[in-house]
Amino acid sequence: MKKIYVQEEWCLKCRLCEYICAYANSGFKDIAAALKDKPINTRITVEESGRISYAVSCRHCDEPSCVKSCISGALEKVDGVVKIDKDKCVGCFTCVLACPYGAIAAGEDGAAMKCELCVENSGGSPMCVKYCPNRAIILE
Amino acid sequence: MPINYDDNIYEVTRDRERCIDCRVCERQCANLVHAYSSELGRMTSDSMSCVDCQRCVSLCPARALKIIKNPNVYRDNANWNDAAIKSVYKQAGSGGVLLSSMGTPEPYPVYWDRILVNASQVTNPSIDPLREPMETRVALGVKPQNAERNGRGELINTLRNPMVLSVPIMFSAMSYGSISYNAHKSLAAAAEKLGIFYNTGEGGLHKDFYRYGKNTIVQVASGRFGVFKEYLDAGAAIEIKMGQGAKPGIGGHLPGEKIVEDVSRTRMIPMGTDAISPAPHHDIYSIEDLRQLVFSLKEAVNYSKPVIVKIAAVHNVAAIASGIARSGADVIAIDGFRGGTGAAPTRIRDNVGIPIELALACVDERLRGEGIRNEVSLVVGGSIRNSADVVKAIALGADAVYVATGALLALGCHLCRSCHLGKCNWGIATQNPELVKRLNPEVGSERLVNLVTAWKHEIEEMMGGMGINSIEALKGNRLMLRGIGLNRKELDILGVKHAGE
Amino acid sequence: MNYVIIGNSAAAVGGIEGIRRVDREGLITIVGEEPYHVYGRPLISYLLEGKTDAERMKYRPGDFYEKNGCELKKGVAAVKIDAKKKTVALENGEVMPYGRLLIATGARPFVPRIRGLEKYEYHTFMTLGDALKLKAKTDAVKNAKVLIFGAGLIGLKCAEAIYKRVSEITVVDMADRVLPSILDAESSALIKAHLESRGIKFLLSADVSPDDFQFDILCVCTGVTPETAVAKDAGLEIGRGIFIDKNSRTGDPYIYAAGDCTESFSAVTGRRGVTPILPNAYIQGETAGINMAGGSAEYDGAMPMNAIGFFGKHILTAGIYEGEEIKRGSFAAASASDLSSVSACTLKKLFVKDGGLKGFIFIDDFKRAGIYTALVRERRDISGLDADALIENAGLNFYPKEFRDEVLKRRESRQGIYAGENLL
Repeated sequence: MKKIYVQEEWCLKCRLCEYICAYANSGFKDIAAALKDKPINTRITVEESGRISYAVSCRHCDEPSCVKSCISGALEKVDGVVKIDKDKCVGCFTCVLACPYGAIAAGEDGAAMKCELCVENSGGSPMCVKYCPNRAIILE
Repeated sequence: MPINYDDNIYEVTRDRERCIDCRVCERQCANLVHAYSSELGRMTSDSMSCVDCQRCVSLCPARALKIIKNPNVYRDNANWNDAAIKSVYKQAGSGGVLLSSMGTPEPYPVYWDRILVNASQVTNPSIDPLREPMETRVALGVKPQNAERNGRGELINTLRNPMVLSVPIMFSAMSYGSISYNAHKSLAAAAEKLGIFYNTGEGGLHKDFYRYGKNTIVQVASGRFGVFKEYLDAGAAIEIKMGQGAKPGIGGHLPGEKIVEDVSRTRMIPMGTDAISPAPHHDIYSIEDLRQLVFSLKEAVNYSKPVIVKIAAVHNVAAIASGIARSGADVIAIDGFRGGTGAAPTRIRDNVGIPIELALACVDERLRGEGIRNEVSLVVGGSIRNSADVVKAIALGADAVYVATGALLALGCHLCRSCHLGKCNWGIATQNPELVKRLNPEVGSERLVNLVTAWKHEIEEMMGGMGINSIEALKGNRLMLRGIGLNRKELDILGVKHAGE
Repeated sequence: MNYVIIGNSAAAVGGIEGIRRVDREGLITIVGEEPYHVYGRPLISYLLEGKTDAERMKYRPGDFYEKNGCELKKGVAAVKIDAKKKTVALENGEVMPYGRLLIATGARPFVPRIRGLEKYEYHTFMTLGDALKLKAKTDAVKNAKVLIFGAGLIGLKCAEAIYKRVSEITVVDMADRVLPSILDAESSALIKAHLESRGIKFLLSADVSPDDFQFDILCVCTGVTPETAVAKDAGLEIGRGIFIDKNSRTGDPYIYAAGDCTESFSAVTGRRGVTPILPNAYIQGETAGINMAGGSAEYDGAMPMNAIGFFGKHILTAGIYEGEEIKRGSFAAASASDLSSVSACTLKKLFVKDGGLKGFIFIDDFKRAGIYTALVRERRDISGLDADALIENAGLNFYPKEFRDEVLKRRESRQGIYAGENLL
């Protein structure tokens, strides 16, 4: 299974990934319709400290503590992708508490929200990878 | 506030309907054009600092940005046009020489665009490069006068230290310092992958790039920056730079700000000092002097590498080339006046030198006439923009071409012609680490490989169309060219007939 | 190998999944006292609220047992383990031999001595059965007044669960604050005020009897205690719970235990104790499963860690609250009295001691909380971080660069731009 890797030496702090992520998961066709004057619900976060920056999203761990901690069985790793069943999620956010990378957040709909490698949204494959202008986020 | 005589040339326009205030433009503009105003609660732009590099436009995820010409106009005047007026304002304010970068934007004739290529019909079948072999390899250096064969009838290779290129295209000299580490790495890696050469320019060779040595031309220029034994040994060929198409007759000046630690080490000059290349080589005042340097360098590398002499295309280029051909040089590189630069005085760039097409034609003609064309190879640069330009250059007599501006465009350059400001938003012509990192050499080299690969396919298509299956057979084959809209004198110099003739 | 698991909740599921990571063949028999498919136990309050239903609260899909080659005996309790014969006796008389046994019996409601309690019918709130009973009761008694004993996690979750189904809720506790097991005084005041703003009444520091109140429904939610009865004669070390090591082993090489029925030494907190939380149950179960099947797994120790919400207010806590406090947020003790504004308040507290993060309490401001959890769990040195950066800018920058590279970077061997062979 391919994984997302992040090369901090090529991250430009442009934060395009955050916006593209929010757009890809918005369900809107047009990016302006999806994001203009709206909260940015991104599943990837660019961290900056001094000159260093890098994007962090779900690592789809081999031993996913979010999956093991989920109280409702809403999180499951399927074909290498840690997925969340929003229907089962009750929004307790134990997963947020469990993820050592801070890669899960509370979504607008009250359920937890995380990167699912765009397998189920309009992207089809990770949009952060596709749109990173400097190949700082790669899938391989 | 002093009067602002000089109006901005470009205007950033933002589609408010589409702007999502993501601030990507702000984070990507080294000229600080864009800013988020918390007072207005939205993005704003200050067009005054915009150089139209298009970085923001390219990265805007909402496609909300456009850069347009400032619609503010001065009164129409064909003589005192806007540019002429603004130059006066600028110099009246600064008292300085006007500086520019990249090739001249002035509307001089581009002869490539007035030359048409032939194709076979009926009598001489064309060749399908997808089905039949097509040789794009060339060897640069001294060629034998006659072919010699061994007892079994096989060709004997008598080439002395040839530079073998998989396709007759090389990346021309751009120094580390004028361009970034990552730009250099992109060129080096692409040259290696493509089986061609890139050129260090006059700034020495970074230690990290010695591994690309077999695809490297190391340059020796009037400043002799970074030249020492290991450097000469590191490359596959040595180029003596006598001149540059964009600024013939003058030297170079890399400002101290660009002499950062690594550049300083590579150039072997103190950090922060200006790197000044003198106008002439102070040891070269004649062809004989040049010959001395050529052989000094050959001696230094034990006659193991070819030497290239690069000159700018100037009025008496043919005579100069003839002299160089007798100096022991293996290759003459000629740089036309439309060639690029990291910084040049505007007036020089826009007024000195001659077009490469004419220079190439007359040099090739002269060397043939003197019977010494085989003694040297000819490489031409100074605005080779596409594969058709390459084909025409070969047919006019070139052995190979030098491409630099095209390579930079492949790396993202948008020809904003602001290299001399050192704030290249594409990470090419800058030493600011925050900007340099914007060019990931993995991406850059891939794009260069793509570009040359695409050109190679097109060259094969065009050659096949002419019924020609090797670069060697196209070289100097001016019958394959026709002029269009050229006068008799121009046709004479180019040595081509007019279309219809 | 034949495996028997007593219990059918998170630790049992962890056990099944752990076993199956190593052994795809051996028969697993699950003995579950409850008559249900495995469900997420903390979800019973959401069920009563109508936020989930019987189908969605299944902890694993309907075909889980079948897919994992398990036989589920549900609605039947195990009554006795014979460690010498390696058998488990069930209440229906059946005696099951085991190769490896996992005790995952969980907990049972702890009902303290309350004066006068024996006179009343009361509800507990731990199992799906409890929830369904309570639901039926609230359906039957319209506009009921409810008295809840216990202002801990269960009591308050119970209150939230039935909030819309009843007319009045009073919560009483002997402790002086709500959620004493997971909150400190200040954060507890915030949550209490928030609940009061919804009309829930509290009587704290109160040694009271149901006789002192008028109510229609009585709930006793005073906590849980490890369910260890079945293990009583098996010769295992039992304190408050069945003692296990970091491999989820008991003293008997063939018997493992996991979850709320156990107690263990936690390297994280440096304490031995019971940590009755679901993530702990699952991971201990999984650890047990892997080891039972001949694999090798360790769990560095249970750690208190809770994510829970009341009426839209989210509480995320972990670790222990010792050391220096670093605090942010709009809640000040004074606002506890201003019920109209308290619900919008946030509070973020870190507890730092000896250069490490010991614990934290986040209320409605919990972005990237797991990074703090990891700092606590992994006992990372944070002495290089200043307080502002630590509390405001959670990120992988809290970790050493080498760790970050290991997590994020592609492997070196795959790097390097081109191999060097010519393309053309």
